[in-house]
Amino acid sequence: MPMQAEEIERLIREALPDAEVAIEDLAGDGDHYAARVVSEAFRGKSRVQQHQIVYRALQGRMGGELHALALRTAAPETS
Amino acid sequence: MSDAITSIQETVNGNDVVLFMKGTPVFPQCGFSSVVAGVLNHMGVKYHSVNVLEDMGVRQGIKEFTGWPTIPQLYVKGEFVGGCDIVREMWDAGELQGYLNEHGIETPGMTA
Repeated sequence: MPMQAEEIERLIREALPDAEVAIEDLAGDGDHYAARVVSEAFRGKSRVQQHQIVYRALQGRMGGELHALALRTAAPETS
Repeated sequence: MSDAITSIQETVNGNDVVLFMKGTPVFPQCGFSSVVAGVLNHMGVKYHSVNVLEDMGVRQGIKEFTGWPTIPQLYVKGEFVGGCDIVREMWDAGELQGYLNEHGIETPGMTA
């Protein structure tokens, strides 16, 4: 059962309440999305660690229900 | 430790650069796998590729091995570097060549 963009966003926000989340549906099939996530939780973390934080937020759906999520993560820019 | 995990560990330790992918570098069978193989081929990097479609044990085992849920997965000197997103992000940021060279991996395709 493919996932809806709102569901992905909700799960990420639940784990990262401060996050800025932008989801893009790449193929319209509920299976291929791109997401840009900006959160303080990523500061000082490697890219692998940042992406794993998002994968954990998706509670195991990544690679199963959700086939493809092109991820871009970053900490907020310090002004 | 399962046989798959043991064989993954041996492969990762026994080769400088390892790409677990769907298909082969010449015939990738997944868009994300072909992006990473394409970048490595373009840079002229010598790497050992493992077609996870040929071994379900490795296909599942590799996800447990790193706790990373998707394929492809790139390893350099035994260290997990990332999947398609991260390799592409490193390439876009111009960091990939430096990372490889710092780890003693030649990139002959990248003539100065």
